[in-house]
Amino acid sequence: MSEQARLSRSAVRPANRASGLTRRWRRARPGLVALGIALPAILVYLYFSWGPIVSSLIMSWQNPVPGGTAEWVGWDNFVYVLTDPGLPQAALNTVYYTVLAVLFGFPVPLALAVFISELKKRAWYFSGLAYLPVVVPPVVAILLWKFFYEPSDDGVFNSILGLVGIGPLPWLNSTAMAMPSIVLETTWAGAGSAVIIYIAALTSVPSELYEAAELDGAGIWKRVWHVTLPQMRGIIGTMLLLQVIGTMQIFTEPFLFTGGGPQNATKTLLMSVYDYAFIRVDYGAATALSVLLAVVLAFFSVAYLLLTRRWSRS
Amino acid sequence: MTTAERLRPRWLRREREIEPETRTNISSADRSRPVVRIWMGVGQIVVLVLLLVAGLGPLIWLALAAVSPTQDLIQGPFSFFSSGTVQWENLGIAWERGRIGHYLLNTAALALGSMVATLFISTTAAFVITVLRPRWGGLLSGAILATLFIPGIVSLVPLYLTVRDMPVLNISLVNTFWAVWLPAAATAFNVLIISRFLESIPAELYEAARIDGAGALRILWSIVLPLARPILGVVGLLTIVASWKDYLWPLLVLPNPDNQPVSVALPRLADQTELSVQMAALFLSLLVPVVLFLIFQRQFLRGASMSGGVKG
Repeated sequence: MSEQARLSRSAVRPANRASGLTRRWRRARPGLVALGIALPAILVYLYFSWGPIVSSLIMSWQNPVPGGTAEWVGWDNFVYVLTDPGLPQAALNTVYYTVLAVLFGFPVPLALAVFISELKKRAWYFSGLAYLPVVVPPVVAILLWKFFYEPSDDGVFNSILGLVGIGPLPWLNSTAMAMPSIVLETTWAGAGSAVIIYIAALTSVPSELYEAAELDGAGIWKRVWHVTLPQMRGIIGTMLLLQVIGTMQIFTEPFLFTGGGPQNATKTLLMSVYDYAFIRVDYGAATALSVLLAVVLAFFSVAYLLLTRRWSRS
Repeated sequence: MTTAERLRPRWLRREREIEPETRTNISSADRSRPVVRIWMGVGQIVVLVLLLVAGLGPLIWLALAAVSPTQDLIQGPFSFFSSGTVQWENLGIAWERGRIGHYLLNTAALALGSMVATLFISTTAAFVITVLRPRWGGLLSGAILATLFIPGIVSLVPLYLTVRDMPVLNISLVNTFWAVWLPAAATAFNVLIISRFLESIPAELYEAARIDGAGALRILWSIVLPLARPILGVVGLLTIVASWKDYLWPLLVLPNPDNQPVSVALPRLADQTELSVQMAALFLSLLVPVVLFLIFQRQFLRGASMSGGVKG
């Protein structure tokens, strides 16, 4: 039967156009089977993605009463979180964290990736070693580094610094150094994956460009500056946006390192959300702040998607 | 496959010998110049030492600290075994009294369950969107992909409330593993990369199967799943890694210590146990991911290079 069907089909339509075939098939089949297969996904996305997103928007306008119906309070929640005296500090801390993370975390992985991709032999060791900290679970890394940051003379980092006559530094205990210390650890923990992504992107730089630059008499450094880096522009922009989106939602590191201290110097916006929701049990304020933060981040997400689309096409 | 192929680093490609060498910044003419050779050699040594210190250093320090007496650790961070004793029993105490074994099992169960749920949900969704293409397929893919634009933070609190009291069903998932497994499955990025992969499979294959009398489920099982294995492996690995690293969500939905993963249990243990046992607990929690990395290095690095678009 199938042989016959295939013959008649090829007689009717000799040009096997893929889209035509699937369209024809779609018409032939009722959507019921498709619906059955998609049902688990639809339910999961309804319950755990769209449901919470919609109820977040609703809850930010409400004052949820335990066990009763929530009352509508209009802009009250937004006014409340925007006038909260703790907000400017948390917002500044978050932006400060993001800026530091970009300053610390950007040049090193890029330089490492360019260097490793030049190696003909044993590049594998280098990238494996660079990736190793990424494998360490964040909580393990944080607890370990917390011990490294011990502020006394005998702290691990302080005794290393002591060898060259610096220190002892207060690390997490001072308002000035706490945030940079946290960023140092997150950079250590995250640099490896950036290195791998850059190495992958470097392989797609066309060889002709290097050859042309060499024929034009450009030295190795000039080639890095005028060929490699411009060619990496797309992925560098993408990584920058991803880092901003990721670091603006930082929680675990400040929460476990310092709990937001000393004197709120490391309290971030997501920690404020956590406090509103799970310490003060004010879900209205918590969702209002999350919505505000999400609106800002959504701009970055849209920019990211537009950028990656262009990057993957080129 | 093309994307995966392109993103895979040169040194990961098995067929390296056959391929013509793609050239990089430094040409072979450069390489024959002594100045370049010397600088590359020096650079290699310096970078290797720095990487050893930064990458391996902390792990080795932790391994030594895990079997040191607390006294030695307090006296000085590099005075390992200054009292002349190696306390192997630290590891046993952390395993038994700290219940690290129990928490690691929980972590593994959470990670594997998240992987199964993610693969199931993402593959079926991508299959319906790209292969079956029902009339409402556009709506489905739009609704799923739109969540890519919405940062996770916006749904944290309502998601917690949802899990605590599921609408319509009126059941609570708190303190069950489902509270971690199911939300993990709703990751739009996975649908996106599986869909892209399925689109690259020629539609003639599906059509031929259909003419041979295969139903939708049969096509999913016998054609799509075997062909999509590489991409499913990447998605599965990324899910496991993400689940293994997660802290805030399991902290919220698994308040019962018996159900907690090691990431949630460790900070609590750290407050209660003495330093040497604490270090042993950290070391034991580190061991599994590091060993997995050493075994599945290729897959880890490939997954990482594909995750260029994952985070966020």
